Amino acid sequence: MSVTVYVPGDAAALALGADEVAAAIATAAAQRGLKLRIVRNGSRGLFWLEPLVEVATAQGRIAYGPVTAADVPGLFAADFTAGGKHRLRLGDIAAVPYLARQQRVTMHRVGVIDPLSLSDYRAHGGGKGLEIARSLAPAEIVRMVTDSGLRGRGGAAFPTGIKWKTVLDTASAQKYIVCNADEGDSGTFADRMLMEGDPFCLIEGMAIAGLAVGADKGYIYVRSEYPHAIAALNAALDNAGGWLGDFRIEVRKGAGAYVCGEETALLESIEGKRGIVRSKPPLPAISGLFGRPTVINNVITLASVPDILAQGAAYYRDFGVGRSRGTLPFQLAGNVKYGGLIEVPFGCTLRELLYDYGGGSRSGRPLRAVQVGGPLGAYLPESQFDTVLDYEAFAAVGAVLGHGGIVAFDDTVDMARQARYAMKFCAIESCGKCTPCRIGSTRGVEVIDRIRAGATEQIPLLRDLCDTMTAGSLCAMGGMTPYPVLSALNHFPEDFQ
Amino acid sequence: MNTTLNTIFARHQHRDGALLPILHDIQHELGYVPDEAVPLIARALNLSRAEVHGVITYYHHFRRTPPDRHVVHVCCAEACQANGSEALANHAAARLQQGDIAMEPVYCLGLCSIGPAIQIDETTLHARVTPEKFDALIAALGEQS
Repeated sequence: MSVTVYVPGDAAALALGADEVAAAIATAAAQRGLKLRIVRNGSRGLFWLEPLVEVATAQGRIAYGPVTAADVPGLFAADFTAGGKHRLRLGDIAAVPYLARQQRVTMHRVGVIDPLSLSDYRAHGGGKGLEIARSLAPAEIVRMVTDSGLRGRGGAAFPTGIKWKTVLDTASAQKYIVCNADEGDSGTFADRMLMEGDPFCLIEGMAIAGLAVGADKGYIYVRSEYPHAIAALNAALDNAGGWLGDFRIEVRKGAGAYVCGEETALLESIEGKRGIVRSKPPLPAISGLFGRPTVINNVITLASVPDILAQGAAYYRDFGVGRSRGTLPFQLAGNVKYGGLIEVPFGCTLRELLYDYGGGSRSGRPLRAVQVGGPLGAYLPESQFDTVLDYEAFAAVGAVLGHGGIVAFDDTVDMARQARYAMKFCAIESCGKCTPCRIGSTRGVEVIDRIRAGATEQIPLLRDLCDTMTAGSLCAMGGMTPYPVLSALNHFPEDFQ
Repeated sequence: MNTTLNTIFARHQHRDGALLPILHDIQHELGYVPDEAVPLIARALNLSRAEVHGVITYYHHFRRTPPDRHVVHVCCAEACQANGSEALANHAAARLQQGDIAMEPVYCLGLCSIGPAIQIDETTLHARVTPEKFDALIAALGEQS
């Protein structure tokens, strides 16, 4: 009988040598005349254990990790294909506290299934949402999404059902579903993991959105920095056969412009233009891609939809707190010991993620600042680590949850330098359409340089500049750059002296 | 070049908003987007040359000159910074000063828990890269070619 071995094909696992491990396992099995099927699954998101190899045994899946190619002969000697004892043996990975304490809803198949097998996807509950959607009227699908409380997981947190209803109610012979897979925020990787580890889930979510609003064409705009995600989506679409009916999906590759994560810049880019932000109104829901009504949602938003249809709106709404419903896949990154993906309902605290899951800093030094929500998100000091992770609680302390990316820094960080970096990043990535963002960011770098050289009397000028950028910028690029800058200034003033 | 371009045009011309896919394919096949290609792309898509030029120069990904033999992208975004990417980038720049390997910054490869991360030739990824590991990877590149 052939043995099934799972070796992640996720980009993070590849960066840690998963291909070499897979090759070593295949070679060693051939030498022993052992029949082996290697499945390249996604990652479970416990990155300090990658490459995490799992073996299907009579007692269930047994994990070993982190495995290097050099460990492979030893693993065979220990009879790992039957779940044998070895120093890297972790047992059932789902029982490890880091995973057992999570509530994986959107990401529940990632790392478990063969991402490119439609039948494996269906065997793990995939496809039910689309089947149910096919039996419903468009307005009923929209109602379910509205009732679930799902808000856009890309950062702005706009209610998804309301966006969909606008597109449904706008008459047009052609409508589009656009997936914003331009996850460019440092500290985020949930989209990448989902696209690589469970691409059919995103595809199904888009097909459901198409039924909900009357669109027969979808685009997935993926950043060029994610070649593995692009390959996984294209391979999954090739394997989808007639599953999607008349709905067609095309994958479009970005070209290295951070601002294309802004929805209107992204639409311009798909249209073949410079990715420059459009003024709103009109909203994309009314006049979006090629001037047609367009649903534009982030990867995790669309990937949350199949479960909402399959399990019901109440099932999803019952996770979370206040107006932050459901779960969010948080991404724990930077200087932490146990970085990875943590999907939990809204409502736990930053401190729980940093210490209970993350185990504190990787360097062993005290954590000093944590940036949440990407390069345009605020830096939080230790005194704010007990902030509850939901949209409103973060807004109340002048921060944003964004895409759920959490980047930890230890006490060696220079916060004036981080503030400068934020301004510089804005200057490099600004689309150039509006003056506060284009010019303000360049002037911001100069002012911070002067402050760092001792001209502390220019701090009020920096605040003024931030005020102009916040109030006067056309989109979040310039409008939110003041978040990291001002939070650094407010919480870590000693670094600016 | 013309044959390559015509094949690429035929592959994408029917698509709405075909310019980015065309530019990606040209860069994939030729290593860069030559200036001589601009008028041909413009004609194929019924755009002005200025429009095509504007798109090529807007995006960080497209290059107008042939690349070095190898291109190493070092992630310089915050999560990698928190784990020492700045020192790595300085080391890489010094290491690659002579030779035909280019270093370019990249802002997030999605390997934020296991930084600092680098990408070599847009394909292979490496995480938790120390200066020593970097040197070994560069040495291995030299042996390959």
